[in-house]
Amino acid sequence: MNHWMILPLVVPPVVAAIIMLAARHLLSLARILSVGTVVLMVALSAGLFWFAADGTVSVYRMSNWPVPFGIVLVLDRLSALMLLLTMILSLAIVLYAIGSDWDAKGKHFHALLMFQIMGIAGAFLTGDIFNLFVFFEVLLIASYGMMVHGGGERRLRAGVQYVTYNLLGSTLFLFALGTIYAVTGTLNMADLAQKVALMAPEDSALIRVAAVLLLLVFAVKASIVPLHFWLPATYAEAPAPVAALFAIMTKVGAYAILRVYVFIFGPDVAVMGGIVGQWLLPAALITLAIGMVGVLGARSLGHLAAYAAIGSMGTLLIAVALFTPAGTAAALYYMVHSTLAGAVLFLVADMIRQGRAGEDRLIPGPALAQNGLIATLFLVAAIGMAGLPPLSGFLGKLLVLDAARTVDGAAWVWGAVLVGSLVAVVGFARGGSVLFWNTTDAPSQGEPVSSLALTATFGLVGLLVMLTVFAGPATAFLDATAAQLFDRAGMVAATLPPEAILEAAP
Amino acid sequence: MEALYSSAIGILTAAGIYLVLRRRTFPVILGLTFLTYAVNLFLFASGRLVRNMPPLLDETTTPTDPLPQALVLTAIVISFGMTAVIVMLALGSWLSGKDDRIDQPADDGQPREGGQS
Repeated sequence: MNHWMILPLVVPPVVAAIIMLAARHLLSLARILSVGTVVLMVALSAGLFWFAADGTVSVYRMSNWPVPFGIVLVLDRLSALMLLLTMILSLAIVLYAIGSDWDAKGKHFHALLMFQIMGIAGAFLTGDIFNLFVFFEVLLIASYGMMVHGGGERRLRAGVQYVTYNLLGSTLFLFALGTIYAVTGTLNMADLAQKVALMAPEDSALIRVAAVLLLLVFAVKASIVPLHFWLPATYAEAPAPVAALFAIMTKVGAYAILRVYVFIFGPDVAVMGGIVGQWLLPAALITLAIGMVGVLGARSLGHLAAYAAIGSMGTLLIAVALFTPAGTAAALYYMVHSTLAGAVLFLVADMIRQGRAGEDRLIPGPALAQNGLIATLFLVAAIGMAGLPPLSGFLGKLLVLDAARTVDGAAWVWGAVLVGSLVAVVGFARGGSVLFWNTTDAPSQGEPVSSLALTATFGLVGLLVMLTVFAGPATAFLDATAAQLFDRAGMVAATLPPEAILEAAP
Repeated sequence: MEALYSSAIGILTAAGIYLVLRRRTFPVILGLTFLTYAVNLFLFASGRLVRNMPPLLDETTTPTDPLPQALVLTAIVISFGMTAVIVMLALGSWLSGKDDRIDQPADDGQPREGGQS
């Protein structure tokens, strides 16, 4: 067994406990521990990524219980990619939080961040669907704490809504899991995949109910219309580094949809009859439209960034809903891009707020102290989120359009993506011109942004540039990732011992 | 027993959904609690209802499925913790906002004066 893959679930909670006990009143020590752990996690996940890149599927059996009875962690190309993305994003965010002093505005920021990292890493690594629920709860409970970090009436109100919405989602998740267990008698993903694939079409009623309930849960996480109502208030009110970290949380929903609805309830599975794609594609199109219209209509910077995040989830889920290897590869490329670009947008929004003494509205105000620099960053973030050349958002949308070329309803997909991009360009241009050009002569009240915060943000921008420059190798890797995800028999054979594999009925 | 059990789950779920749709935080939290009771019972039943049997394998008995019991235990712990969190958040929101409505105030969507700290 490859013991390295358990470390992302062991090291952060231990460090969190140390931070809570030993560094509660020593912010500088908490910062050192936190940055050190995240750097270690980046190195570790890079190692795991390198290990999984050749297509090896590693299985970690907790307490060495035999599969499928014990809990397993499964590391394949997709998990390794998501793990690496999470850790890199966390590094930029922890540096930004330190540089902008966000972590000093409330208690336990770094401890909560450690638990958040553990929850996200666990959700990506687990090979057991009940454990997916447990890690969802771990990342959610940490995110509840981080969401209300710093306090304030509006933030607490948005926090109550966010928690209520997600508790309802958790309840649905448990109902779905109970139904799945009652029908199939297993919760291991690989075992579930082989059993669901062998079910007769006339036994489809209960398993379909469970699958659609589960889709609703992931739709809440991924903020698909009509379950997106929690997102704008939450993202607009959350502290900026937390909102930027939440850029990966919606992607956890997208990852879960990919994992469950390609691997377990795939489009070729007889009992499902392609029902997921039929519903997901229209919902994703409407999500994209609502996000982009929201960008155009937003009256504050926070809402502008939040609706841009919804729109990018729409584009991503359009590619997911095609349920083809090409569509999935395009979705993964756009997922990496939109996580980084969305995080940059939230961080830039915070810099602008800081330079305008907390003013969040899109109204004329005094020029920022570093107007040119921050305007450039905003331009980069806007280009990334709207999907214009030369950044990777353009390549991502191109891949999505190309993957959708041959499916039914291609005209709808092309229309929504292209018109949506145009609307987003207008929305960002409106926001940017008010913020940076329509300035008054009054002296600036805000503070300049610290160099550490700028470095963290430019680091993310650098990754976007790298994703664009090395798009060729990246897409080759993502094609292999999608192929591995669609190879159900191969994944089942790699996860389960030979005696647990069921033969297909002749 | 099946009829009693399933109707109990149904009534708890119905009461929970009704309360969750209320406008103030206290009934909403009560509703969430009812829903978690319902889902705990539901999970328990997913291993089939068997009476007076131990969750142990031996030759003479048809055992109870032990896995749902472990699942329910996890679910109870998590929902207990989550309920505590939302009670604290709702309390904080009530104390700082002077009302306990779950929706955003009437001026939501209106851009803020000042901004966030």
